Amino acid sequence: MLRFILRRILQAIPVLIIIATLTFFMVRLAPGKPFDAEKATTPEIRARLEAHYGLDKPLLQQYFSYMGNLVKGDFGPSFKYANRSVNELIAASFPVSLELGAYAMCIALMLGLLAGVIASLKPNSPTDYVPMSMAMVGICLPTFVMGPLLILVFGLTLGWFNTSGWFFPSDRVLPALTLGGYYAAYTARLARGGMLEIMHQDFIRTARAKGASEKRVVLRHALKGGLLPVVSFIGPAIAGLVSGSFVVEMIFQIPGLGRYFVTSALNRDYAMVMGTVIFFAVLILVMNLIVDIVLVWLNPKLRFD
Amino acid sequence: MKQLLLIAIAMLAITGCGKRETRVEQGNRDQILHLGNGTEPQDLDPHIVTGVPEHHLITALLEGLVGLDPKDLRPVPGGAERWETSADGTVYTFYLRKNAKWSNGDPVTAHDFLNSFKRILTPSLASEYAYMLYVAKNAEAYNTGKLADFSEVGFKVLDDHTLQVQLNNPTPYFLSLLNHYSWYPVHLPTVEKHGPVHERGNRWTRPENFVGNGPFILDKWRENQIIIVKKSPTYWNADIVRLKEIHFYPIDSDDTEERAFRSGQLHVTQTVPLPKIDVYKREKPDLLRIYTYLGCYYYRVNVTKPPLDNKEVRRALAMAIDRENIVKHITKAGQIPAHHFTPPGTAGYTAEARIPMDVDAAKKLLAEAGYPDGKGLPTIEILYNTSEGHKVIAEAIQQMWKKNLNIDVQLVNQEWKVYLDSQKQLNYQICRAGWIGDYPDPNSFLDMWLTGGGNNQTGWSNSEYDQLIREASRAADPQKRMEIFQKAEAILLDEAPVIPIYFYTRNFLIQPSVKGWHPNILDHHPYQHVHLEAAKK
Amino acid sequence: MPEAPELEKYAAHAMEDIEQGTSLWRDAWHRLQKNKLALFGGGFILLLALACFLSPFLGIQSYEEQNLTLGATPPSAEHWLGTDLLGRDLMARILYGGRISLSVGLAATAVSLLIGVIYGTLAGFLGGKTDALMMRFVDILYALPFTILVILLMVIFERSLLLLFMAIGAVEWLTMARIVRGQVLTLRRQEFIEAAEALGLRKRRIVFRHLIPNVLGVIIVYATLTVPSVMLLEAFLSFLGFGVQAPMSSWGTLINDGAKAMEEYPWLLLFPASFFSLTLFSLNFFGDGLRDALDPRASKD
Repeated sequence: MLRFILRRILQAIPVLIIIATLTFFMVRLAPGKPFDAEKATTPEIRARLEAHYGLDKPLLQQYFSYMGNLVKGDFGPSFKYANRSVNELIAASFPVSLELGAYAMCIALMLGLLAGVIASLKPNSPTDYVPMSMAMVGICLPTFVMGPLLILVFGLTLGWFNTSGWFFPSDRVLPALTLGGYYAAYTARLARGGMLEIMHQDFIRTARAKGASEKRVVLRHALKGGLLPVVSFIGPAIAGLVSGSFVVEMIFQIPGLGRYFVTSALNRDYAMVMGTVIFFAVLILVMNLIVDIVLVWLNPKLRFD
Repeated sequence: MKQLLLIAIAMLAITGCGKRETRVEQGNRDQILHLGNGTEPQDLDPHIVTGVPEHHLITALLEGLVGLDPKDLRPVPGGAERWETSADGTVYTFYLRKNAKWSNGDPVTAHDFLNSFKRILTPSLASEYAYMLYVAKNAEAYNTGKLADFSEVGFKVLDDHTLQVQLNNPTPYFLSLLNHYSWYPVHLPTVEKHGPVHERGNRWTRPENFVGNGPFILDKWRENQIIIVKKSPTYWNADIVRLKEIHFYPIDSDDTEERAFRSGQLHVTQTVPLPKIDVYKREKPDLLRIYTYLGCYYYRVNVTKPPLDNKEVRRALAMAIDRENIVKHITKAGQIPAHHFTPPGTAGYTAEARIPMDVDAAKKLLAEAGYPDGKGLPTIEILYNTSEGHKVIAEAIQQMWKKNLNIDVQLVNQEWKVYLDSQKQLNYQICRAGWIGDYPDPNSFLDMWLTGGGNNQTGWSNSEYDQLIREASRAADPQKRMEIFQKAEAILLDEAPVIPIYFYTRNFLIQPSVKGWHPNILDHHPYQHVHLEAAKK
Repeated sequence: MPEAPELEKYAAHAMEDIEQGTSLWRDAWHRLQKNKLALFGGGFILLLALACFLSPFLGIQSYEEQNLTLGATPPSAEHWLGTDLLGRDLMARILYGGRISLSVGLAATAVSLLIGVIYGTLAGFLGGKTDALMMRFVDILYALPFTILVILLMVIFERSLLLLFMAIGAVEWLTMARIVRGQVLTLRRQEFIEAAEALGLRKRRIVFRHLIPNVLGVIIVYATLTVPSVMLLEAFLSFLGFGVQAPMSSWGTLINDGAKAMEEYPWLLLFPASFFSLTLFSLNFFGDGLRDALDPRASKD
């Protein structure tokens, strides 16, 4: 296993270089420049602004000096937020997203797995329809509808929670529910689908035929295989969750990382785009590595190869 | 376990029963003002930033030579206790108050101002608002690098507390310019300590480093969450400052901001979501404020491409818009239909020329241009940057042109930066735009249409117009100056490279406990005059 | 290793499948017909699609005709589902928007399904270095900034519906591929696949006859999950100037706009969201029915 992990880390290096390179040239090719604004500045000032961030140099030179800094772990200064560096902005906002993402993930897994597994035990019965219909409602209510609805009920009408902000522990509840609920719905559907698939497999029949109790069949045999699709889904989902959600952060005014993924691209804050993309890429690679380890753990017949 | 249970019950009791004191109520008691402030500021350095949220913060932290009275926008003493103007109106002498201090105790001197002006004009700083100082002699030359010696620029320190400014021309709006943050001083020793003075990326604006001369000092800055400023004990006029703290919340979403206001978390909001305006008008009119604002919402027309290179077609389009209905049924917040470009009453100036709403005349013009009843006119594209507000207006205008002129119009939305790029490259036919005046003077609305001006972006050029605008900047007699502007605006409206639609209003929500928040066209609210007073129960 | 008799059984099973050929589909259709809920779901979607695409011929009001003085009004005899802020008939806008949303939802999902399933199966089946290479490629696509990608696509290509499918398909197949690959990776080690290999069946046959049918259930579930996210993604693309152009509508944009006015004009959210939800529910029932019908083992239970 250690060799497997080591190999994956070695694989990650070229992957990151490719991602950084592609992103580097993509952002610079996109129309609209970092210092375009509604009130046009004079050409001289624009030229100086660009020179300050090295944008006047040949593209390849910019690229190599960026990659040089990247190796040192330096994402450079943000173009938009003049007195702050990309590293600082990520460092300040990531813990917030991580916290919210962790709560949301807990909700998603607890609710989602429970609902999905229960539903799969007796397909096409009330214990299937009720949790699955709830999951469908969760899918039909995207976060930008669910969030305001929760605020309306629990924030404005009942007054149990603040409508927005990230100051008190209670401020975590509504955003975590909004975000977690959405992922719970996905998890539930996938868990049910995977379980149903497994329950039809011959080895489950064999286990049943051998007289194993239903509980034992589910817990010992079915669960491991049945949750595979959830595991495959959850890897990238966790990377997405802990790196923040733009929509939820806007609705609840949360100082997380998610907003930067969208605003940096819209502001053409090249340094910030690069920083967020590379950061996210590392998260994705780590999560998918964990997923692959879990896949092997769930199915001992697989080997680390 | 038992303790946990107790805590849980206590929590329930606190949250469940009985109304908690809201943030606003607490604030009223402790003189803490909670403000919605749009979006996270780029920086707090007055020589770097360009935005409105930054303006709200910087006016709390720094003070310029001259302030503006919040009621009538008359220049009032600020860092300078008095000033003199030379007979020809080109030399201003400012006498700084001797008791003004920086928040670290240093006195505020004329050198601070001079060095600050030098800093913003230094080419390597690349300040985007440096042009605000171009009214001063040689400032432009220094900023563009044509002049290397700063002593030739029109700023002179006569003594520690006397500063002289030499202008290019008599500039009637000069004193109100001074209220803009580009003219604000910074404490240079502090700036020097935390990074390069004449380059970006200086860290002096961090809360632990910040030194200012304003009524408040920077206390906390948490990105995308809150900025707290506290009353400054060193401010020369600290006696009149009644607020103890101001909390600025960068709330990007107007819906989120409104909900925060409704639940008692904010005293004042930046804006009101469109659908909520009617509701507040109907149910809580006392919380809704609508002021006229120094700005115009308009459409730019690209005059370089047919068929819009034809003046008749442009005028026909401009005359076939029912602005009254747009304002009444779509924007709904008391906006004024714009039949001319400069907002009415800007420094006493209201354009006499008009673009009327006249469908018959518009049809006739279109026929004269060779497109009777819209026949033969290719589809015209309206470009706007993505936003619900711009979309509905474009949709309405599309229908109006279709109905009134039988013209096919297509709508195209683009994301902000792409839209700016299209505009700059003249890669559009008609596009939505807005202009907020930098200072209350017609010049701020009319000099942008000079041939090749950076903000022209229509390809329109008219030598007579250029001539008039240049003449106005040299005119010493205010009366005569306004007459020149009248002539210029008449040309602009006749040629119609712009189609004005409405004049902006500022609309926002405010708690009744906020006192001293006066309506004015610049949306200027010096916090030293604001205080909180809870209604007596 | 499985015991010998079992191995024979699997081999027989495998051979049986091959022989069955076309009758498999007839059986499936037969089973689907018996599933009321699935039929209802399929029927509803068909009906809705018809209503949307035929709306211009049904005498329904124009989706762009405005009545500014009327403004937003609740449902009435004249406007069954009310009107929006510009006084346009909401029903016409929903039906018209349905055209866009249904075609985007179904077509883009189909694209992502096709790519995702084939890619994922191959990666899982081939395993080893190929798998690693293919999955790292997925990781790269995953991490690239989508907003910038879309903006670039817009510069390079003309605005078109086809491009919209491509852009959406380009992101949506990634998770699908990961899920399928995970399933295939485990299935590959199961006895009946190893048996089929031992019997010397061709790889293509193993993939299409044995692997894909066995992951079909999960594929269908994830496909029904992809439809709503694709429809909503379209709204984000509209924001970037890439989706439908005003005054045309789509369910994504209608729900988006409706959510902003949910307190004042609840019908602007309620009705588009209802159409959206009903479609998803139907699709879901249909998908589940389809899965059951296509599962050759289900009938033997």
